[in-house]
Amino acid sequence: MKDLNIVFAGFGGQGVLFAGKVTAYAGLLADKEISWLPSYGPEMRGGTANCSVCISDRPIGSPLVTNPNVLVAMNLPSLDKFVDAVEPGGVIILDSALIDKKVERTDVSVFYIPSSALAEKEEVRGLSNMILLGKLFSQVCTSGDWAFCTDEILDAAIQKCIPPRKADMLGVNRKAIALGAQQ
Amino acid sequence: MKVLMKGNEALAQAAISAGCRHFFGYPITPQTELAAYMSKQMPKIGGTYLQAESEIAAINMVLGASAAGIRAMTSSSSPGISLKGEGISYMAGSDLPAVIINVQRGGPGLGGIQPSQADYWQATKALGHGDFQILVFAPSTVQEMVDLVSKAFDKADEYRMPAMILADGMLGQMMEPVSLPEEGEKKLPEKPWAASGHQGKRTHNIINSLYLTPDKLEALVRERYARYETVKEKEQLCEEYLTDDADLILVAYGASSRVVRSAVNKAREKGLKAGLIRPITLWPFPVNALQKAASHAKAMLAVEMSMGQMVDDVRLAINCKLPVHFYGRTGGMIPTPAQVLEQIEKLI
Repeated sequence: MKDLNIVFAGFGGQGVLFAGKVTAYAGLLADKEISWLPSYGPEMRGGTANCSVCISDRPIGSPLVTNPNVLVAMNLPSLDKFVDAVEPGGVIILDSALIDKKVERTDVSVFYIPSSALAEKEEVRGLSNMILLGKLFSQVCTSGDWAFCTDEILDAAIQKCIPPRKADMLGVNRKAIALGAQQ
Repeated sequence: MKVLMKGNEALAQAAISAGCRHFFGYPITPQTELAAYMSKQMPKIGGTYLQAESEIAAINMVLGASAAGIRAMTSSSSPGISLKGEGISYMAGSDLPAVIINVQRGGPGLGGIQPSQADYWQATKALGHGDFQILVFAPSTVQEMVDLVSKAFDKADEYRMPAMILADGMLGQMMEPVSLPEEGEKKLPEKPWAASGHQGKRTHNIINSLYLTPDKLEALVRERYARYETVKEKEQLCEEYLTDDADLILVAYGASSRVVRSAVNKAREKGLKAGLIRPITLWPFPVNALQKAASHAKAMLAVEMSMGQMVDDVRLAINCKLPVHFYGRTGGMIPTPAQVLEQIEKLI
């Protein structure tokens, strides 16, 4: 696989850290070198939150991703902050229901997924992050140059990341991921 | 089976596995997950988790527990470590082992809460008053945090001196896969010096750092420094990466060494002969490896998340035999591989 550096970014509470954690766990289960680094501090309370996830065949150097191959953006401030940093040839996956703006760059692939609206409509409320994650895995993580795992590994990663006391949430998370993959 | 764990939690679990049964702390970002983990786990294994009224109280509780022969630990972040300095000096003066964790953040003063390496001088030279050293370990991955906590407890007991894990906010907050040590009761060394009750079978032990007779105090300090010489001889640790043919040796520890490793890889792709020496012990400083490298390299470059602290020890280690350059970011800023590569290109 080619080294994959992802930034997940959005408002605190949208689940960007969790989406990153599932991705990191999938990398672990696929026997890759991985790191997960959150932004931490006052910006997490109501402001923007983000995390860097690195997946590679080689040991990870800096876990801080300054030029991601893939940006998952869940709100406009996050898109504005990272859009120019994405590597040429990279991928941007964004919630087009919350981000009313087109990406002007022509050297990246952009996927507009109305994930927060879909989450409401399809009764997977609050799982906009998992819809975007579904798209990330179908588009990037399981096919193409950056592919490092399979749908089965993703499913195992979700099971690892959902604590036993919330086991009843597994079904809706799977539904949201499948929904994202179809977009 | 590897698990995904935050550095702070891995430090806590590793301490428990190493036989630490008393943890005394006080909350501060970015090390709080460590104390939170201890507060959940210690009661389950019959250990003690205590949130003290201050950092000063916490370190003195560590002193007391250690004096009783128990493996004890405290953790904090930069401003909190300054407060612990007095207690650490007392522990060094009482020949007491313990592990102190510093998950560094930007300073001086309250500074910021983002990662920093600006406490190098404090850890290796001036953690408190008086003639003393402590062991200082600098992990660069979550796995190494686990491995070094265990080593820190063992070496602290072996040499009867405090040991510090000098981490930073990046390592504390990030998650990486780790293999945790086997659970189970670890065999801990005997501590015949401990004040743990003599039951009428021996004379009582006294643990103290007050010696009002100058010649007695000098003799004690000299005895301690003889021990430090043994530590310097036997305990230097570092990793050498692509140094054999390197023209430029970069020296970096902890979080910044990860950035430097990426930059060295990029330099090599461009045909630039850069290598990395990564100190794993900061005290004792890996002087031997640096001297060896100085015999064939042309220059050195220290990279730190500070205004330049370890760079002094690099110059001392090689007696200024080569030009030693410095690149640093501070205040919570993390250098990028591209910025370090730019420095390498300037120097080769």
